[in-house]
Amino acid sequence: MTPAAIRLTVNGRRVTSSAPPLTRLLDVLRGEWNLTGTKEGCGEGECGACTVLVDGAPVNSCLVPIAQMAGVRVTTIEGLKGKHPLQGAFVELGGAQCGICTPGMIMAAVALKSRPSTADMQAGLAGNLCRCTGYAGIYRAIRRATRSR
Amino acid sequence: MTATTKTARVFGSGIRRREDPRLLTGTARYTDDVALPGMVYAAMLRSPHAHARITRLDTSRAKQAPGVVAVFTAADTESVLKPIPCLWLVPGSDLKLSPYRPLAKDVVRYVGDAVAVVVAETSYQAYDALELIEAEYDTLPAVTDPEKATQDAAPELHEQAPGNVAFHWVVQGGDVEAAFRSAEVVVRERIVQQRLLPTAMETHSAVAHYVPVTGELTLWNSTQNPHIVRFACSVVTGIPEDRLRVIAPEVGGGFGSKIAQYPGDFVTVFCSMKLGRPVKWTETRSENYQATTHGRDHVQDVELAATRDGQITGLRCTVWAGMGAYLSTAAPGIPTILHGLMLSGPYRIPALKEDVYGVYTNATPVEAYRGAGRPEATFMLERMINRLAAEIGIDPVDVRRKNLIPPFDDGFDVVTGLKYDSGNYVGALDKVLAHVDYRALRAEQARLRQQGRYMGIGVSTYVEICGLGPSQVAGAVGFQGGLWESAIVRFHPTGKVNVFIGASPHGQGEETTFAQIVADELGVEVTDVKVVHGDTDNTPMGWGTYGSRTTAVGGAALAVATRKIKAKAMLLTGHLLEAAVEDIEYESGRFFVKGTPDRYKTIQDIALLANVAWNLPEGMEAGLEATSFYDPPNFTYPFGAHVAVVEVEPETGRVDLKRYVAVDDCGPQINPVIVEGQVHGGVVQGIGQALWEEAVYDDSGQLLTGSLADYAIPRADQLPEIEVLSTVTPSPHHPLGVKGIGEAGTIASTCTVYNAVIDALAPLKVDAIRMPLTPERVWRALQPSREGA
Ligand code: FES
Ligand code: FES
Repeated sequence: MTPAAIRLTVNGRRVTSSAPPLTRLLDVLRGEWNLTGTKEGCGEGECGACTVLVDGAPVNSCLVPIAQMAGVRVTTIEGLKGKHPLQGAFVELGGAQCGICTPGMIMAAVALKSRPSTADMQAGLAGNLCRCTGYAGIYRAIRRATRSR
Repeated sequence: MTATTKTARVFGSGIRRREDPRLLTGTARYTDDVALPGMVYAAMLRSPHAHARITRLDTSRAKQAPGVVAVFTAADTESVLKPIPCLWLVPGSDLKLSPYRPLAKDVVRYVGDAVAVVVAETSYQAYDALELIEAEYDTLPAVTDPEKATQDAAPELHEQAPGNVAFHWVVQGGDVEAAFRSAEVVVRERIVQQRLLPTAMETHSAVAHYVPVTGELTLWNSTQNPHIVRFACSVVTGIPEDRLRVIAPEVGGGFGSKIAQYPGDFVTVFCSMKLGRPVKWTETRSENYQATTHGRDHVQDVELAATRDGQITGLRCTVWAGMGAYLSTAAPGIPTILHGLMLSGPYRIPALKEDVYGVYTNATPVEAYRGAGRPEATFMLERMINRLAAEIGIDPVDVRRKNLIPPFDDGFDVVTGLKYDSGNYVGALDKVLAHVDYRALRAEQARLRQQGRYMGIGVSTYVEICGLGPSQVAGAVGFQGGLWESAIVRFHPTGKVNVFIGASPHGQGEETTFAQIVADELGVEVTDVKVVHGDTDNTPMGWGTYGSRTTAVGGAALAVATRKIKAKAMLLTGHLLEAAVEDIEYESGRFFVKGTPDRYKTIQDIALLANVAWNLPEGMEAGLEATSFYDPPNFTYPFGAHVAVVEVEPETGRVDLKRYVAVDDCGPQINPVIVEGQVHGGVVQGIGQALWEEAVYDDSGQLLTGSLADYAIPRADQLPEIEVLSTVTPSPHHPLGVKGIGEAGTIASTCTVYNAVIDALAPLKVDAIRMPLTPERVWRALQPSREGA
């Protein structure tokens, strides 16, 4: 009994996964499609390192099984192609140190509305933990990038 | 007379980190991102008991499970894998070593002690099969509190260590008994430095690839010190060091926890040796909390003797330092050398004595955690000074002023035997107080108190020991290695540069700062310098990134290698321009004969000419490359002064951290943006200890804070903006004057915030609360006084 293949769009490309239906989206992205930019920090929905966009909304990819992903559009850090203003602002303002939380941070920030208030940022990034930066550089970068967006 | 117009120096400029583009695009490769053909996945079966005898371990069903390639236990590994060595054998401490086996045999000693490994085609299959291993245990009594573990009735962990005492170490200087006999005032406190979970956001991970036909092993490992891993792996597995390649690719934070040599790494290597296939093991987060090392865990009884007007005359303390179930790699050195020797801090303390008991407990092994020993020393001092200030009714800032060592720029001997390199503690204190307007803050506090509001101000001064350190001292204090660093600087014919360096940063941005050092010394573009690190096959030996030593020692090695290149370039220029080498000058990338700056050679010219070697002076070797092994003559001693302002809500116990200002002095800053980031991150980690973080075990030794849902690391919405300032006092002995900044923030911030909270509650007669200062703890502490009110 082979599971039905799941079709979805990842970073603008149509792809098919034949992974068992309960496989985490995170593992399919990393293992099957080699999109290792999405990270695992906890596997329990507590850290946000695995954040990707599913139809534009931030989702912890460690919590969703691939079976639920049929027909959706997934965007990962690779899908930004290094061109998003947030990526430039992170470099400019010290948003990354070890970098393991960074892809998830950026994906969560991409989903913020433009010109977010501090409260908006705190709400939008509430699920994203960073142990290195103390968050200062991250917030500065988001503020800069979303102002010029 | 200058040959060129002066350009802004690249040393000291906050240029962008070259690490960032790969981190920000998801192209950086961490250990868990490594995928090799034929790779299989390991998962560890860990003890659910804190202390138990293994009565049955049957792996036969697991071996039959789908996808399973192999299952191993200690019965399989013990003939191959030696116990994991402890690498800091503090002398004069009656150290009681006990075997730290990669897989536990007969007895498990903490929740998380590994007893078996499953290897399967997928990681899902490996984890599924763990459940099929039939393990039975006879549980034994357990103890997790380090002081209780030394009491008579406590269960013992190791036959080698009666009473669970792993070591007993004493530091003393001056006549402490006399100081206490004649003291006008003595203040006392029991301080608990709670156990912490380092929580690098990347869990520990290893990929081992053993090739049977060559006998060579490549090990990708999320470590702070790949060269030490190579050495330890050779000792444990028997693979000769020259056949062993350790790669620390991108490493997602360490904070000390990735210094340790882990059982899981060696078990993973064993699996690859047995199977001849690449094997990956990556911890889950809950596994990380059980099996990756923890930090702190001190119980401290402290007494401070002083005069009525606030002059400190003596310090006496006993510390029970929890080591966990086994002695981790550097663990014994942390509460002793890195703690006890720093006990006098930035103050003139004429006499002190400390007894440190390293204690085995049924808990995860403890290792360095950001600050490692120094936060525990700084907290002790800063706490006792505030207690003294309260006792004698003098402002805590004035008590500090009275005792601070006056400014010095070339050596100051302290009572523990160390010689601090340079310091201006009063300068840092003045700066932070002026910045916050301390008098105005106190006035505001008085005003708010009238309104029934509880604002508190915490002020700390600190000094720490960094840049570890002279190797001779390392030997004298029992560190089982050297503490030098090495670097190779290689100029290619086109004038581009490769730096190969043994130190291996993991988030601190030294690929950038190292390039800045070379560019600054030799006038090449910073973008023309590529820094290679983290791979033992193509870098020279390095002793690792910890103790804020990578820029301090690795950077010095690099500066020295670069200066060797410069000296050779001078010789070659003299030869080419037909002048004596004494007459050659260097300025902004150009070498020229004194007085004729228009005729010059650039370093790029020299690189080409040295590499083609068509016309070299007699006896000069071809090429433009230099190697240095830099062994520092002394440690470095960064310092600073921090201020925190809080408001406490007595009804709920909630602490609102309103303001935090840090003044740190790490000498000249190579890249101020990176320095600021290190301070931000460090301060926030220390705040975490003061307010939120604690690894909690229940009476049976179960870790209750076993996931990120239960263990509260700081979140963005709980923090004020951290204001970062600095002073600059160069180290007199360092080629660049730099001191190191990785741990400073953490060392100072815990006590600063703690003192602020206690200061806020002074009117309510609360003078101590056990950390972390969660709303519940604060609220409970307030109950008696409120009832009495
Ligand atoms: S890995 Fe998904 S939230 Fe932490
Ligand atoms: S940069 Fe290391 S966890 Fe955020």
